[in-house]
Amino acid sequence: MSRGFKAGVSVATIVGATMALGVSAQAYTVYVTNEKGNSVSVIDTATMAVTGTWKVGRRPRGVTTSKDGKELFVCASDDDRIDVLDTATGKVVRSLRSGPDPEQFILGPGGNPLYVANEDDSQVTVIDIEKNKVLAEVPVGVEPEGMGLSPDGKILVNTSETTNMAHFIDTTTFQVIDNVLVDARPRFAEFTSDGKFLWVSAEVGGTISIIDVAARRVIKKITFKIPGVNDEAIQPVGIRITKDGTKAFAALGPANRIAVIDAKTYEVQKYLPVGQRVWQLAFTPDQKFLFSTNGSSNDVSVVDVEADKVIKSIPVGLLPWGVAVSPN
Amino acid sequence: MNASLLSRSAALVLTLGLGGTASLALAQEPAASADAATGDTHIGLIYRPEIAPSSYDAEAAPEDEGVAGARMAVKDNNTTGRFTKHTYALDEVALTEGKSAVDSARELVGKGIRYLVLALPADEVLAVADAVKGEQVTIFNTAAPDDRLRGADCRKNVFHVIPSRAMQTDALAQFFTLMRWRKMFLIVGPNENDKLYADAFRTSAKKFSLKITAEKPWTFGPLAKARGDTPTRSEAMVFTRGVDYDLAIVADEANDWGDYVPFRTVDPRPVAGTQGLIAATWHPTLETWGAAQAQNRFRRLAGRLMRPLDYQVWAAVRSVGEAATQKKTADPAVLAPYFADPAFSLPAYKGVSLTYRPWDHQLRQPIIVVQPKAMVTVAPEQGFTHQRTPLDTLGTDLPETTCKFS
Repeated sequence: MSRGFKAGVSVATIVGATMALGVSAQAYTVYVTNEKGNSVSVIDTATMAVTGTWKVGRRPRGVTTSKDGKELFVCASDDDRIDVLDTATGKVVRSLRSGPDPEQFILGPGGNPLYVANEDDSQVTVIDIEKNKVLAEVPVGVEPEGMGLSPDGKILVNTSETTNMAHFIDTTTFQVIDNVLVDARPRFAEFTSDGKFLWVSAEVGGTISIIDVAARRVIKKITFKIPGVNDEAIQPVGIRITKDGTKAFAALGPANRIAVIDAKTYEVQKYLPVGQRVWQLAFTPDQKFLFSTNGSSNDVSVVDVEADKVIKSIPVGLLPWGVAVSPN
Repeated sequence: MNASLLSRSAALVLTLGLGGTASLALAQEPAASADAATGDTHIGLIYRPEIAPSSYDAEAAPEDEGVAGARMAVKDNNTTGRFTKHTYALDEVALTEGKSAVDSARELVGKGIRYLVLALPADEVLAVADAVKGEQVTIFNTAAPDDRLRGADCRKNVFHVIPSRAMQTDALAQFFTLMRWRKMFLIVGPNENDKLYADAFRTSAKKFSLKITAEKPWTFGPLAKARGDTPTRSEAMVFTRGVDYDLAIVADEANDWGDYVPFRTVDPRPVAGTQGLIAATWHPTLETWGAAQAQNRFRRLAGRLMRPLDYQVWAAVRSVGEAATQKKTADPAVLAPYFADPAFSLPAYKGVSLTYRPWDHQLRQPIIVVQPKAMVTVAPEQGFTHQRTPLDTLGTDLPETTCKFS
């Protein structure tokens, strides 16, 4: 009950905030995969409301859009394939051969190929999405998950959850060129926009490792402390860093918080209370808003990036996992 | 193993020559040379295969129980080892009649094996531990929950992956406390292990202020294993009459009769303990914390569901792999003391990293409380706090331990 009431207040807040800032509201579309709902919830950022629910394959997790926003890629983990949806109709138009149990992926900077982590199969599959052809299969550690790509697209990083490493993969030779040991259960890898640093979250280790990309060495470990929350409940997963490189957001899982981190000093500045078991994050392209998937409360939290404030929670499907925002 | 390692690095040099840079090749060099000469790290597994089940036993333990967990863990160790240049091999010894655990352990140690995983009862764990004392062998106990192995009979060279009985009964007692189910009716089986389980439960009841309002021995035989056409024993159905209790606790580690009790009590009361609602390390319904991936991987490998013993053996073999990765060597002289180091931690699908208690070498771990078809809760329960970690609210704590490593 109180949730519904809060949401009502938040709508007023967001309208007020938008007007106060005088922003000509550029509307984007947010796509949220519902792991147990076998669906994608579609949110319009102009109204911050769900406008549709699209049926996809079983256990949808990783999600991303094509560079032009016309296609949506969804890992259908239990169907061992990637569903490609037409964002105009919400229908699955084709499926990609992803290899077994695709969990997360990242699109090359040119919009092709797609790099896929096959969680049950200890490999990364590289797919040409136009020809639907497997270009390479790269053996990595046990339970590969996080996928990060350097801004120039030359280095792909995959994290393996049970091997506890960030594997550096050369995207021209498809060979593992180095491995950096991080803390337990690395879930997510994110490059800074200058390509110099890589942030890797460790869900069970409770840390974020900052890796110097050139030296391939951990130079700093960020830890978290939240009054009234068990250290064991602080489980960092999704990370997003602003384009200007000043601020980072980290989803802390069952701590039900997003940490706001100074991306230069690595100091945690604030913890934003969101829904339960927060995992993945995505910015709108203008970086005004950040969306988080809250798996246990079946909702999405919307963060005002400038104000470091949670402005709304939007109910979606069962067990929201991944989130992607249209480029336009 | 060595051949494939060589060909792998050869391929690496070739591709770097084609597309990479000199600095990449340099960065790779030290890692590749570090342990290239040491060869495979062998891990010995000694177990006693299950006796072939009766044809009508629908849920008999599979022949490869535990072993399949070891095989998965060695595979996992090797997948990680590809990047750390460590390779692992499993030496399985099935104790058939006439073969003693001690002789088998000596044989393995004689071959140079320094890590032994035992899926054996307490007496045999102790015998093996004493027989290989002074050989720098680390032993992992995966099947004996006996508290004495963590107390008066503790051994410095033994690490316990399986939770002690005290941890198991504490996990249940915490949940009952949370639910305000206070009055316990304890039913104790005829075997020695059943009496030990009942002892552990009495200690937990005291620790968490539960009241044992009645206690009776089970004297009706293995009725849960009786065939469907065996006449129902009416005296077994009425022996719960006239007892004031919230919950019946069955102590039946052999699974002989505990499953007979639910729905046969005179008053409608739930059943917990060794059957009904149980405390376990693993269950088919566990899927959070990445457990779904382990369940899938195991099912593909073994063609069946993963059982608690499989998980415990997996965690033992992974302890060796994980320690080697963290210390960047598989040298037993380095790893043997490291398992008890607070810096060592094992991620094992429980949401937190697991560590071994330095005072008795028991693996600290969350314990799942589960009924046959669904997970009910996870211990430690919220609100049970401890100055070190809530995990230490389960089992024997440092001030109470009777373990003295010599």
